[in-house]
Order: sequence, then C-alpha cells, then structure tokens
Amino acid sequence: MKAFMFHLMPYASLDMSERDKHPSAWITLPNSLYDPKIGHELYNRYLDELELAAEVGFDGVAVNEHHQNAYGLMPSPVVMASSLARRTEKCKLAILGNAFALREHPLTLAEEHAMIDCITAGRLITGFVRGIGAEFYSLAANPTLSHERHMEAHDLVVRAWTETGPFAFEGKHYHFEYVNLWPRPYQDPHPPIWCPSLGSTETIEWAAHPDRKYVYAQNYSPFTNVCKFLDQYREVAASQYGYDASSDQIGWTAPVYIADTDEQAVEEATEHMEALFNKFLYLPFEQLFPPGYMSMQSYKRVAAHKRNITGGAKMETLMENGVVLVGSPETVRKKLIECHQVLGFGTFVALLHFGTLPADKTERNIRLFAEEVLPAIQPLSDNEYRGFEPAQAAAE
Amino acid sequence: MADCTESKIDIRGTGMYLRRGGSGEPMLFLHGASGVAGWIPTFQALSETHDLMVPDHPTYGLSDEPEWLDGMEDLAMFYLDFLDQMNLEGVHLVGNSLGGWLAMEIAVRNCTRLKSLTLVGAAGIRIAGKPIADIFMMDPDDLVREIFVDQSYADNILNMELTEEQLDIQIRNRVATARLGWQPRLFNPNLRKWLHRITVPTHVIWGDTDKIVDPAYAAEFGKIIAGSEVTMIEKAGHLPHIEQSEPFVEAVSGFLQSKAA
Repeated sequence: MKAFMFHLMPYASLDMSERDKHPSAWITLPNSLYDPKIGHELYNRYLDELELAAEVGFDGVAVNEHHQNAYGLMPSPVVMASSLARRTEKCKLAILGNAFALREHPLTLAEEHAMIDCITAGRLITGFVRGIGAEFYSLAANPTLSHERHMEAHDLVVRAWTETGPFAFEGKHYHFEYVNLWPRPYQDPHPPIWCPSLGSTETIEWAAHPDRKYVYAQNYSPFTNVCKFLDQYREVAASQYGYDASSDQIGWTAPVYIADTDEQAVEEATEHMEALFNKFLYLPFEQLFPPGYMSMQSYKRVAAHKRNITGGAKMETLMENGVVLVGSPETVRKKLIECHQVLGFGTFVALLHFGTLPADKTERNIRLFAEEVLPAIQPLSDNEYRGFEPAQAAAE
Repeated sequence: MADCTESKIDIRGTGMYLRRGGSGEPMLFLHGASGVAGWIPTFQALSETHDLMVPDHPTYGLSDEPEWLDGMEDLAMFYLDFLDQMNLEGVHLVGNSLGGWLAMEIAVRNCTRLKSLTLVGAAGIRIAGKPIADIFMMDPDDLVREIFVDQSYADNILNMELTEEQLDIQIRNRVATARLGWQPRLFNPNLRKWLHRITVPTHVIWGDTDKIVDPAYAAEFGKIIAGSEVTMIEKAGHLPHIEQSEPFVEAVSGFLQSKAA
C-alpha cells in the first residue's frame, strides 16, 4: 500500500466568533478575517509539514484546490506542488485535485502540470475534480454545465498531453485552434489521473472505464460508504467492463490523529477535528448543492436528508462511523490493517493536519504515523486482502 | 373554474405544455424562474378580453427538456418559431422576471408578430451596484418570503403539501433557471445595446416593494426603451400579477386600451 499525507492548509487562525456570524467559512466570509502575515506563517508551516512527511517516508504528499474560503487556502494547488517540487526528492506530488473545468482555459493547467512533471522527473499525480458546490459561486461557473464541461476539459487535457500538436480541439465548451503543448509531461503517456470523490456512481463508472482505469479515492466518508463505493469500483470493472480492477485503482482518504494512548488522542484531537467539520467544512445546503450540480435523482436523495446536514458533527460519531481514525499507534495500525483486509485499497491518504490542530501536535502526528503505522501498512498487498466477491459486495 | 385548455403541443420536435383560454387579440404570458402556478385569477381576468396563452418554457414545468437549449438566446429563437408555427399576429407579449428578460430577447430579434410588450419585474439587464437578488444562494423558503409583501401568500405556498410531481417540477425549474441565468447572474450584458430594436409600445410594471429585482430597474427600462411607460403597483413584491391581481389587470388593460385608441 502507498501512503500519502494530505494537507488542506486551512486558515487555522480564523476568529471563530466572527466565523459564526456567517453562514459558512466559504464564498462570502469576509476576507478582512484573513491576516496575510499569519497567512505567511501558516503557508510556510504547512509546507514544512508536507516536507517532513516526505522526509520520514510517506510515498507521497497531497494538496488540493478550493476558492474564497478558510477551509483550504490553496486556490492554486499548482503553486504548492511547485514549491514542493524542488524541496522533495523521491515522493509523489499529488494534486487532489484541480478543477479543470472551473476555468475557461483548462489548457493552462495542463501546461502547469506538465511543467511540474518535467521538473520532478515524473513525480506528479493529477487529480481531476469538478469542484464542490461552493466553487461555482466563487468562480462564477455554471453548475448545470459542470458535468459536461468536466468531461470535455478532461478530453482536452489528455489529448493535449498525449497527441502530437498542433491540433484543433473542437468541443462544445472549449475550442482551441492550436493545441500544441510545450512542455509535454515527463510521464508517458501522462501523469496518473486520480478521481477524488465524496461518493458518486457516475464518477466510478467513468473512472473505471478500460480506456481510463483511473484511481478512485473516497473522501471523508463513513466506513460503510468507503466499502460501498470502493467495492462498487471493482464490481463495475468486473460486470460492466469485464476486467479485474487492480487494488492500485482504489484509495481512501481520512483524517487521522495519533497520540500515545487512545484517550490522549481523542482528548487532543476533538476540538480541532470538530472545527474541521463544523467550522471549516460546513456549508449550507444551497452552497453545497447548487442547482444542476447533481442529477435529479441524487439531488432528491440528499435533499431528503437536508435537515440532517447541520454541521453538528461530534468526534464520537465521526470515530464510530469510521470517518476519522483517532487513537494510539496500535489502534490506528490495527484499524487500517483490518480495513485493508476488507477492501484491499492500494492507497491510503492521511489528513494529518485538520482544522485548528497546532504545529507541535501536527508534527508529532506525522512522526508517529511514519514510525508506528507506515512500516505496518506499506508492505500490505493483495496477499492480505480477503479478495473481492461480487455477491458479497451486492449484499453489503 | 379554469376556463382554459391544457395540452402539449409540438414545436419543431419539442413538446411544450400550453394553457390557453379566452378569445380576442392573442396574448402570450412568459413565466419567471418559479414557473406557472396554474390558471390564476389574473389569467382568468386577462382571458376575458384576450386569447391568452401561458406555456411552460422548454425544460420548465411539464414541457420537454430539449438538447438544444443552452441559453436565453436559444429560448428566444424557440419562441419566434412558436409564433411562426402558430401563425400568431399582433401578439401582446407579457413577461415576468426571467420571462421579462426572455420577452426582450424575443422582441430585439423580431417584433413583426408583436403588438405590445409588457415587462413585469423583469430581469435581463444589470444596473452597476444593484444586483438582482441571488435567488440561488438564498434558502428556498427565505426566497418565497422575499417575493411577497403580504406574507400570507408566502405562508400558503410554504404550507402546501406538494406531490412528487410538483416537487420534481420545482427542482427542474430551479435547474432550468440556473442553466439560463447562473452566469452572468440573470442578465445578458449585450441586451442593453439592442433594446432600441423594440419597436412596439412597451409597458413596464413593477411591484413597489420588489425585493428580487429592485424597482430602480423599472425606471431604468422606462428610460432605455423608447416611448415606454412605467406603472408601479402598490403593496406588491416581485409577482404583482399574483399579489395584486386587480390593479395589475387594470394596469395591463388600461395601457393596451390607450394604445389601441
């Protein structure tokens, strides 16, 4: 198994009493609450944390994209990946992801990814995401077109990476007379593509297609959903496309906190983890699901649970549902080995900083994970996986 | 009670749900973002002197969701096809909110089948510094409250038990509006340049307490559209034809009579 450290780079110094005067930490939270001097310190601290993870043996480090918010200060993950490109030597740099179709010119991102890939001799992983609902307000992109633009931007970027230019790209949303990428990516045919998701059948069916076989990574989900969607990937590959999906095609992302004992871990992490879910991540329904962002059916399903999306996440419940892994090294190690045994995922992405977690605790978390967990999970392979049985997936 | 017939008609391969009632000169009512709430008293009153047609726009209500519909300009062209196919002449075109925007997009393209234009709380242009309320960002219940001055209208709507079909229509209408008006938000930056092409008598009707499209827009349309007249309806929000039916019908009829005379 490959283990990554993921960072959201939140504005951890957010004044929470001011935050609570606004519907969320997104879109309209006044940027007067952002202090550039603190931002300077946080960016450098967070980059140090990812560099530390690279030093202590993680297979990769990961960043992502969000706009106009305090939850994640990386409107351009390319900037962070570029910064890490020259400060790391071996580990993968995963941009999980970039929302190509939020832009009128997805080619600029294709160029930038190719640059990073060349600088790092092929250490880049490209995540393709549509962007969460809030981005469509912040970047004035039409959510009702998000799906088709996402698909088209993907085709444009992959063709730009792989086809000899110049060629004309004649799409519905994108039209370029001369596509002729300089530089081309280092990796042949192109950087691996990952599809991080909160759980979507459409994304799975698309990612698992034999022409693509992209990595599907399930984010922030109760473990039952992780099982549902990761097994669905294998199921779709087998029944729709007639091949056995490799365990390398599926991954799981979760916040993790480790301390010497279970009690200490819970005590130290609770405030910061609850801040992640309730203060930073929380979005009112309309901001999370703008019209047309989802199919009618999916929209009705989430709308039915609208009243439950309150932002009142409790550490106890998050742990119980397996959304987060918190405990002693032994507890976290055992949990990951058990989960791998059930699902056989080839990648685990650990969010080792979350919410307002301070620097010293984040560093200890990274070191404990590296010393106590990595050696136990990195050797895990299909030998330890109980194997996929379609009937079993259907029953669960 | 509803003196109208309802049917789905075919316009160049797109099924359009149409309510039609009354007789007289043809009048076409173009609904706004939330669609049509049936044959309301205002429609009944207008149909006493007109052949009134109230369609669901393609992708709204019970109409088809055609592949070709990408934006307001497509919808405008569709309605020109509709007018041709129905061979309607001397049409009084009335549009509320998003339907007002649509009515202008039709009129700037071709006025030959039109006799008058009535804009009611119309979207479609932008006055710098006076954005139209962000109907997508707002909680839908809050939006309903913002639409009316008299909150009993909002209460009635919010307390309604919706059928599965009505719920689906609500979602479809919201998505359709986002498709047409998300970016830029409910206006066409080029429309203002072409409003001089509206050559039929134009009446601008506005609720004096419209919290969705500020009454400043009434004055603005009154200024840009040559020869237009502005009527403010008292104690009305964004849907004066619902909230103040009688004064609304009087205003519409009064204007049309004055132009016919």
